[in-house]
Amino acid sequence: MNAVLILIALVTVGTAIAAMAGRNLLHSVLLLALAWTGVAAFYLWAGAEFAAFAQVLVYVGAISMVVLFAVLLTRRSRDEAAPGPAGQSRALSAVMAAAAVAGVLVGAILRSPLAASPGPAPAVTVRQLGAELMGPYAAALLAVGVLLTVALIGAVVLAAGDRTGQPEDNP
Amino acid sequence: MIDAAHLWLIPALPLLAAGIGALTPRSGRRLASGAAIAAMAGAFLLSCLALQRALADPAAHLYANFTWFELGDGAVRLGWLLDPLNAFMCVMVTFVSLLIFIFSLGYMKEDANFKQFFCFLSLFAAAMLGVIVANSLLLLFISWELVGVASYLLIGFWFHKPAAAAAAKKAFLTTRIGDLGFLLGLVWLYDATGSLLLFDGGHGVLESGVLGDLATQVLASGLAVPTAISLLIFCGAAGKSGQFPLHVWLPDAMEGPTPVSALIHAATMVAAGVFLVARVFPLFAADQVLAAGPLHALTVVAAIGAITALLGAVIAVAQDDLKRVLAFSTVSQLGYMMLALGVGSWVGAIFHLLTHAFFKALLFLGAGSVIHAAHHEQDIRRLGGLSRSMRTTFVTFAVGMMALAGVPFVFSGFWSKEAILHAASEWDVSHLPFYATLIGVVLTAFYMTRLLCEVFRGAPRSPAAAHAHESPRVMTIPLAVLAIGAVALGFLGTPVWPWLQSRLTGTPIPARPLLEGGGLMGLSIVLVALGLGAGWALYGRRVRLTATAPDPLAAAAPRTWAFLGDRMKFDSLYAATLVRLNAFVAALADFLDRRVWGSAVGFLARFAEFTGVVNSEFDDGALNGGFNAASEDIRRTGRAYSRAQTGETHGYLRTLAIAFVALALLVLLGGVR
Amino acid sequence: MSPLQFCLIFSGVLFSVGLAGALARSNAILVLLGIELMLNAANLNFIAFWRYGPASAPATGVIFVIFSIAVTAAETAVGLALVIAIHRHQRSIRLQEATRLKG
Repeated sequence: MNAVLILIALVTVGTAIAAMAGRNLLHSVLLLALAWTGVAAFYLWAGAEFAAFAQVLVYVGAISMVVLFAVLLTRRSRDEAAPGPAGQSRALSAVMAAAAVAGVLVGAILRSPLAASPGPAPAVTVRQLGAELMGPYAAALLAVGVLLTVALIGAVVLAAGDRTGQPEDNP
Repeated sequence: MIDAAHLWLIPALPLLAAGIGALTPRSGRRLASGAAIAAMAGAFLLSCLALQRALADPAAHLYANFTWFELGDGAVRLGWLLDPLNAFMCVMVTFVSLLIFIFSLGYMKEDANFKQFFCFLSLFAAAMLGVIVANSLLLLFISWELVGVASYLLIGFWFHKPAAAAAAKKAFLTTRIGDLGFLLGLVWLYDATGSLLLFDGGHGVLESGVLGDLATQVLASGLAVPTAISLLIFCGAAGKSGQFPLHVWLPDAMEGPTPVSALIHAATMVAAGVFLVARVFPLFAADQVLAAGPLHALTVVAAIGAITALLGAVIAVAQDDLKRVLAFSTVSQLGYMMLALGVGSWVGAIFHLLTHAFFKALLFLGAGSVIHAAHHEQDIRRLGGLSRSMRTTFVTFAVGMMALAGVPFVFSGFWSKEAILHAASEWDVSHLPFYATLIGVVLTAFYMTRLLCEVFRGAPRSPAAAHAHESPRVMTIPLAVLAIGAVALGFLGTPVWPWLQSRLTGTPIPARPLLEGGGLMGLSIVLVALGLGAGWALYGRRVRLTATAPDPLAAAAPRTWAFLGDRMKFDSLYAATLVRLNAFVAALADFLDRRVWGSAVGFLARFAEFTGVVNSEFDDGALNGGFNAASEDIRRTGRAYSRAQTGETHGYLRTLAIAFVALALLVLLGGVR
Repeated sequence: MSPLQFCLIFSGVLFSVGLAGALARSNAILVLLGIELMLNAANLNFIAFWRYGPASAPATGVIFVIFSIAVTAAETAVGLALVIAIHRHQRSIRLQEATRLKG
């Protein structure tokens, strides 16, 4: 365990907390992009370069952009009004629930006899990854491709709405 | 002393300025513009030092490569390159950009988005300098795309004008078509050679060993691999440099602010394509060793260049918009440069590129000064008589016009054009490009005379022109500096003292006596005189009196004139073919979907419906009685459970969390296995 | 504490932060982002076990993460489309008000 890892963890968790607690939605998204970069840094640290690049491309590059679009498109809504008593109690219960989960997780991790192999990271070349994806995981790759296509079409259908512009089931 | 490893500083400075500009608030006009100009001045000084270093040993290619990142067992390497070619380009781009930045201080003074403008300008300059100093085609491509983005932002700077927004989109998409070819070429090149570095100690793609290997590979169709790769790369160059048939974006891009036109259409973006071909010239020339090849890449380059040179010049004759005349003359001059590359004289192309950058920037900025003074009136029929009210602009514009027209001996355009004519006349494949350039010389002199007479002679033909007065110093001083450059630069490359040529190639080039090519030079002088004389006869002797009076040529041949004025209907042609083809395919797909597949699906659905009806009749009559009773119980239970379904997402999530904790605690503490 | 345990705790804390965010905020986009964070924490586990866990096929962990990232991308696209659809129907993306699906 070294200082770099601790630093990465601190930065990632810190930005994540700030993003979740922030009042400004835009700032939250930008902070989250930082947190995702932190996760990518962890992948790099662990020696999984390809996963790190995928993380940066998909999360920092694509998802944060899409989220920013969504934020700007839905901006006119009355979002995040002043937190009333109901909001505060919900926040409290949320933090308590999350703390309970964290406690259980940490307890379980500390109690488990985890045999860590101290050796260097397994070397994985892109060629190897490609061969694995096209070989043993070809079926999964196809399934993910179909999933992405379906999700894309579904997202377009959902976001585009009905042609007439009339909300279809307004009471 | 600056070395190749420090070369990244040149693009980094304007990039830094762009960053500063992006972060300053809207009111920080002085900070943003000051940072941009200071960074450009710094980059100019660095470029001068780099030029000095490169000229110390002109034959050498100094480079500094580094590893960008490693991926598994492979590494992606980038690098910086320093040789006379890109050192000259750096000096020219930074110098002209610096003057344009200063000019913009005056031109954009009243614009609300002043600070963004300087931010975009800096970004553009940084990207362009990145293209120049890259020693890796990958790095070059990255910067190349950045140039595209920045040009989109700049051309569409007045995005509230629909024409500007459309022009920005058109420029972006048209150049993107070319860039796709460029990218494919890069992928193929990497596949064939395993490297995208230009120079890399014997392994770079421009070095003789790799090129020799490449030239031996021939495709099944008989096309040599280097030819195919070169032609793909040329697609990118043709897109950026506005070559036929991708030239349509360039005139529309005049919707941007005039300093942008000067920057994009004189010194930088359009020059990038010519620079790219000159940069990878050894690759383009690699197939010359194959005598049997059906097609040489450079032949295509020369043909496209010749077509573009002629086309641009012809269309420019019939334009009535001040900036569009200049735009089409740029198209035509870029054609000259490509032609020079194609006939093998990349040195001549770069020479013309450098001189053209100066006098065309001068012309655009002069046009900007006119437009600024005349309250954004840019129809030359409604201007006129400005030679009295705008003395400095008139004199400098006239210098630029004569340089572009190629008035002999004094002006730089004459010498650089002479170099191209000389190279074209010696090309042994075909003489057609040479004849095209000769016609182009006449037309260029003609339409520039027309422009000058219409704008500056006679009486003002609109209130805006009548009230015009000279622009402030901050705008006229850059004009004067550029005018000096437009004259002086020509003497660096005259046939009797080919200093620039010998420095660019790194080998001393013997001087030709002026009279050796005397016939050619005499011909060129006669042609220029012919063009000037015709222009003067039609537009100078009898000046236009009113804005609505028809053009003398339009009166003579109205249909041809309208055809040319409509830019030979290229835009309509594309609208009629490409756009309509697209619409046709879409309609066909729609028809197939609706009628063919739709009716098949509809038939199946009918069939299914029919069997369903039969089925349900059977169910209702025979089976349902027992089930109805049983399902009542289920319905009641469901109602009870449905109360837990509040529809509130948070509730579900919270329940999940609590259930997880409870289960985990059960496992951990209770010892359930 | 071994490095593996540290990585797992890092992931657990990240997961809990995401959960807290998803539970506490009423803005649908933030809830979605909290879920993203939880998924990221799960991916972190994959890499941690791939790095320190008992030796197995060398590429498995990375491949899992790649698939997971792909699925997440799909999930986000659909999720955000839903958010936009909700916004169009009720001019608000507060999740408390989106209760029309209740039983």
